[in-house]
Amino acid sequence: MTARQFARAAGLAGLVFVAGTAAVTAQESAVQRGNAKFQHTCAPCHGPGPGDDGRAMLPGTAALQIKYQGSLPPLLEQRTDLTAAVLKTFLRLGSWSMPPFRPTELTDAEIEAIAAYLAESSKSAASTSQRR
Amino acid sequence: MAILPPGVNAEQFASAINQFREAVGREWVFTSDEDLHPYRDHFSYIKDQPNELIPSAAVGPDTVEQVQAIVRTANQYKIPLYAISTGKNFAYGGPSPNVRGSVTVDLKRMNRVLEVDDKRYFAVVEPGVSYIDLYRHIQDRGLKVWIDTPDPGWGSPIGNALDHGIGYTLGFYRDHFGAHCGMEVVLPNGEVMRTGMGALPTSKSWHEYKHGFGPDPSGLFGQGNFGIVTKMGFRLMPQPEHWRTGLVTVPKRQDFIPLVDTVNYLTDLSIIGEPWYGSGLFALLGNTEFREAADAFNAEEMDRQAAAADLHSWQVELQFYGSERTTLGNWEYAKELMARNIPGARFIDGESLKVPLTKEQIQKSTTPYRSSMRRNVTQGVPGLGVWYMTGRSEQNPNAWDETHIGLFSLIGRSGEAVFQAQRDFADISKRLEMPSFFSNAVGTPVNWYQFGFLMGNGFGVRGDNSPEGKKKAAQLLRRVLQENAKLGYGDYRAPPMLQDDVADQYSFNNYVLRRFNETLKDSIDPNGILSPGRAGVWPAAHRSLRGALRG
Repeated sequence: MTARQFARAAGLAGLVFVAGTAAVTAQESAVQRGNAKFQHTCAPCHGPGPGDDGRAMLPGTAALQIKYQGSLPPLLEQRTDLTAAVLKTFLRLGSWSMPPFRPTELTDAEIEAIAAYLAESSKSAASTSQRR
Repeated sequence: MAILPPGVNAEQFASAINQFREAVGREWVFTSDEDLHPYRDHFSYIKDQPNELIPSAAVGPDTVEQVQAIVRTANQYKIPLYAISTGKNFAYGGPSPNVRGSVTVDLKRMNRVLEVDDKRYFAVVEPGVSYIDLYRHIQDRGLKVWIDTPDPGWGSPIGNALDHGIGYTLGFYRDHFGAHCGMEVVLPNGEVMRTGMGALPTSKSWHEYKHGFGPDPSGLFGQGNFGIVTKMGFRLMPQPEHWRTGLVTVPKRQDFIPLVDTVNYLTDLSIIGEPWYGSGLFALLGNTEFREAADAFNAEEMDRQAAAADLHSWQVELQFYGSERTTLGNWEYAKELMARNIPGARFIDGESLKVPLTKEQIQKSTTPYRSSMRRNVTQGVPGLGVWYMTGRSEQNPNAWDETHIGLFSLIGRSGEAVFQAQRDFADISKRLEMPSFFSNAVGTPVNWYQFGFLMGNGFGVRGDNSPEGKKKAAQLLRRVLQENAKLGYGDYRAPPMLQDDVADQYSFNNYVLRRFNETLKDSIDPNGILSPGRAGVWPAAHRSLRGALRG
């Protein structure tokens, strides 16, 4: 490899590295944005913790516990199957007593960010579960 | 299912849509079925029917100037608009308009908390701010104020106040419209108006004197269609140092009269927050012998059976805000008054918590008796926990109540008035062959609004989710409203489907109130573009639609 060839290869590698870093940063940013939006819009109903009037769970979490009977986690943050497409279907159409959400409340980009966050949070939940 | 606004052709509508896009940006104008689906009422009684109240488009402005531009375009093409804030007014129509084919002005993007002052105790917000948003804003900054929230708390302070929503803390703050302090409104001609001291251009006290000078038109914007409110101030309660509760029980049916009198006295002296009434006799309603006595309103026999079962006839849970010493002093004073006014009254100390409360204290009751108070909202903490009432549950695992609706009648704030309403509502239920779960001799009022009671009548017709069942239920609810009005009971709030019917209750002097409002409407909004039909106020341009939903 000549010096010029080496320099060119190193430069390409550098570009790839920079591009890769940018992709990771963008992904992290999406996860952070998704987390913030999830905590704002979803967690008051689908989060952990007790519900009202002495109930063990919040309404959304309780409803999914009854629906899935343990075949899927009742907490959305532990679910591995909630892609942006799946979320969008439920959010735009509503599901049972959960009303649909308008694009002014949750944009498509925000739904994708929530999906990115849930993909990440479910990994943490799985590893916590394994450690136990 | 593309639909057009009434009286507007496809070409005109396309031109208007283009203007809306120029005003707010292409991405914030929604016309597809997919995007418009969430603008329907999720709990509509006429869902998927030809008369379902769905919009032709939705527009999401971010600024007051954009709202003005939308209003001007609507005037140009005579398109009815329907403004929503967070769109969560479920049980009262959600985001759905009064007129099918309206363009929904979705103010959710205007979601800025403009000011919270914890020395002068007010907040100023835009329509898209929710109670949860405002609460978090306050908590994140450690501000020493409490909000008064409805339940659930995803609604907007502006939207809730404008629909005369009510809360759970001290009386003054529970009346959300009454606790407003100045507003900014885009009028039907596109002009921006400010009420109260806000009408003074250099005012430094907009939110400290809401009356300004001269006639104050603020009331026209509550359940009204005279403008789009873009900013609103609200009085906030100073964060108390202490929160305390206590239970009062009284043995006999007639004791309810002095119980209410005493609670009213304490309420109007601002000694207590919202009182929560109940009856120990709910437990006996399944007992045939007791039920017969209760259905006959036989007080003597009800008292005998209550005593035999060692149950009290009535109870009220009281809450106190202040310091540890003042809340204790006020509770002691309440007990003294009750004991003086009602022989046999008993008392149990409830919770006594230093504020600010921890998350665990908010979530978990340590009340030594069975409490029916919804503690988070009495502590000014908004949430969605109450939504369990509409959803999937262990008792109802395979269906949800699609017919979620709110209908409450104003009742005089006395024990005598409650007893009369119990009889009247039970009689109406019997005549209309409705279940009378709420309409019986142990039915208790709610005191959400400080100066009056509310009691539900008609809830027993909910539950049949079929189109035929919903239609039948809607017709029955209309008859309930008519019967209520004959006996002097008016409802305070309703979904668009029933707003003409509730408005019909208010018929004094040949509907002069409605005629007055519609005279104003025609003058201020000559094209009838803003929320035609809201609360039964129809502009001339759409007046032929009055009652059209009765079908």
